[in-house]
Amino acid sequence: MLKELESKLKAIDQELEHMADNSHSPAQVLMRRQLERNRKELLEAIAKSLTPADRVYLARHPKRPGVRDYISYLFTDFLELKGDRGCKEDESILGGPAFYKGIPVTVIGQCKGRNLEENLKYNFGMPGPEGYRKVIRLARQAEKFDRPIITFIDTPGAYPGLEAEERGQGEAIAGCLSVLSDIRVPVIAIVIGEGGSGGALALGVANTIIMLENSIFSVLSPEGFASILWKDSSRSDEACELMKLTAGDLLDFGIIDYVIKEPPGGAHRDPGQVFQDVAILLEQEIRKLTAVGKEELTDARYKKYREMGKL
Amino acid sequence: MNPFKERKEHLFTLKTMQRKGKQVKKVKKQEQISESLLVNCPKCTNSYSKATLSKLYYVCPNCGYHYKISAFRRIKLIADPESFVEMNRFLTGNNPLSFPGYREKLNVLQDETGLVESVITGTATIKKIKAVIAVLDSRFLMGSMGVAVGEKITRAVEYAAEEKLPLIIFSASGGARMQEGIFSLMQMAKTSAAIQRHGKKGLLYISVLTNPTTGGVTASFASLGDIILAEPGALIGFAGPRVIEQTIKQKLPEGFQSAEYLLEHGFIDKIVERKECRDILALILQLHEKRNEITC
Ligand SMILES: [Zn+2]
Repeated sequence: MLKELESKLKAIDQELEHMADNSHSPAQVLMRRQLERNRKELLEAIAKSLTPADRVYLARHPKRPGVRDYISYLFTDFLELKGDRGCKEDESILGGPAFYKGIPVTVIGQCKGRNLEENLKYNFGMPGPEGYRKVIRLARQAEKFDRPIITFIDTPGAYPGLEAEERGQGEAIAGCLSVLSDIRVPVIAIVIGEGGSGGALALGVANTIIMLENSIFSVLSPEGFASILWKDSSRSDEACELMKLTAGDLLDFGIIDYVIKEPPGGAHRDPGQVFQDVAILLEQEIRKLTAVGKEELTDARYKKYREMGKL
Repeated sequence: MNPFKERKEHLFTLKTMQRKGKQVKKVKKQEQISESLLVNCPKCTNSYSKATLSKLYYVCPNCGYHYKISAFRRIKLIADPESFVEMNRFLTGNNPLSFPGYREKLNVLQDETGLVESVITGTATIKKIKAVIAVLDSRFLMGSMGVAVGEKITRAVEYAAEEKLPLIIFSASGGARMQEGIFSLMQMAKTSAAIQRHGKKGLLYISVLTNPTTGGVTASFASLGDIILAEPGALIGFAGPRVIEQTIKQKLPEGFQSAEYLLEHGFIDKIVERKECRDILALILQLHEKRNEITC
């Protein structure tokens, strides 16, 4: 459904572009207006009719704003820091200190590429243990210098590779979970795209969890889920429905704290608006959390996860 | 070839415990039958009777293969007799995603295994030292971690922290429980956070990895032990071998993700044969008792 509407939209966009140079006659102006009206209606129809599978598609959209876009809009003087100090630099994790409205903070996020070359560099946003150990290093550094941590989650999951296993993928993720669980500074996590399994949760132990409307957060990718439960990864659309992985579902479950609305058709259609909304919420949360005592901060974080799925 | 036949026996012993009375006769008959049954070793295909294996800690005398054993049996092998006191035994989860058929599946497994969930928690003494113990049982939905498992483990860890007790967790798990979706994922954070708090009090946590320990369990509490032990030959990893092979499009080397492989790569402290496990655990517990006086 979404893909159908998107291709119609693309056709209109092409027509509009084509008209741009020689659209001065009254008839052409009229036609242009009509096309723009159609475009708007189409976008609204898209926004209204999104299924969970559509949201998965949007969450993975190659044009969707990534962590670097958020960093350049939201922060000033971002200083990228590299390396896990043990083995190597994992480019799929981007992090370092920056200013947020004059306050020093630590930013950590998962990077995806927009093309093949970038994707090879960022390993399709799938960190290895070195990436997670870099997260631990940067988080401890943030604690030492009393900087709030802001994480941007966007990964299909931790990389399931031979070297990743050899160097302790599980141990590295477990390390992130335990370190972030009691770090003595505010932690704010924002799911901007895909939040896939433990590899996403490793950046997701936070005082405040925010999700973009069309981002997803799940125990496993829908394909993996279908393949485990039904031995058939092509049933992923069905899995999307069952898994309840949309921002709306997670808000209803009480697992996340806020959903940021996206423009019709997804964040990539008007990134500026999304950045602005993230900025407003971020300011509110940083103000709130920096006013809280350190003990209270870690206790609140403990309690938050303690009560997930309360029995 | 079925190393899991013992579950029937447990089902009946459990039902006896629960109901007593009429069931008892049936149990005895069942036990006799299963004791004389021959079980093939999955590794060397020699066959042994259950009675023989039970005397040998369920380890193949020919090739050393460690059979998967139930949580009950595990506790019997390491704890002082009669010392185990179970906690939160009847704690069960909900069906948070309303996953079709999930409740029914749990009911069937409860009947088949005599377990209420895939973990048993409680306190016991090992050579007179008291500890909190949690044991996952791979017969119950692959020992997967849903809300109830996360909750039972967290309560056990919190109890250990409150009572200043050491903690021992035997893992055997396929990871997160898919049917509980995101709630299952969040148990990784919950259990890890609890263990972090227990550790901050200066208390000991021994993690024992048994076959298999994978996924979200490896990526949370199982990897956070002050001391990490593993049984010989146990499969231990984050991603499953099949997923890795599909990703890298090549065959994995022999012994990849085995306990021996992890030892070599620095992720576990010691491989412990089942028959030595009780002694080693007791020694570790003794080494971590507070003692201020030189005694000899
Ligand atoms: Zn054998």
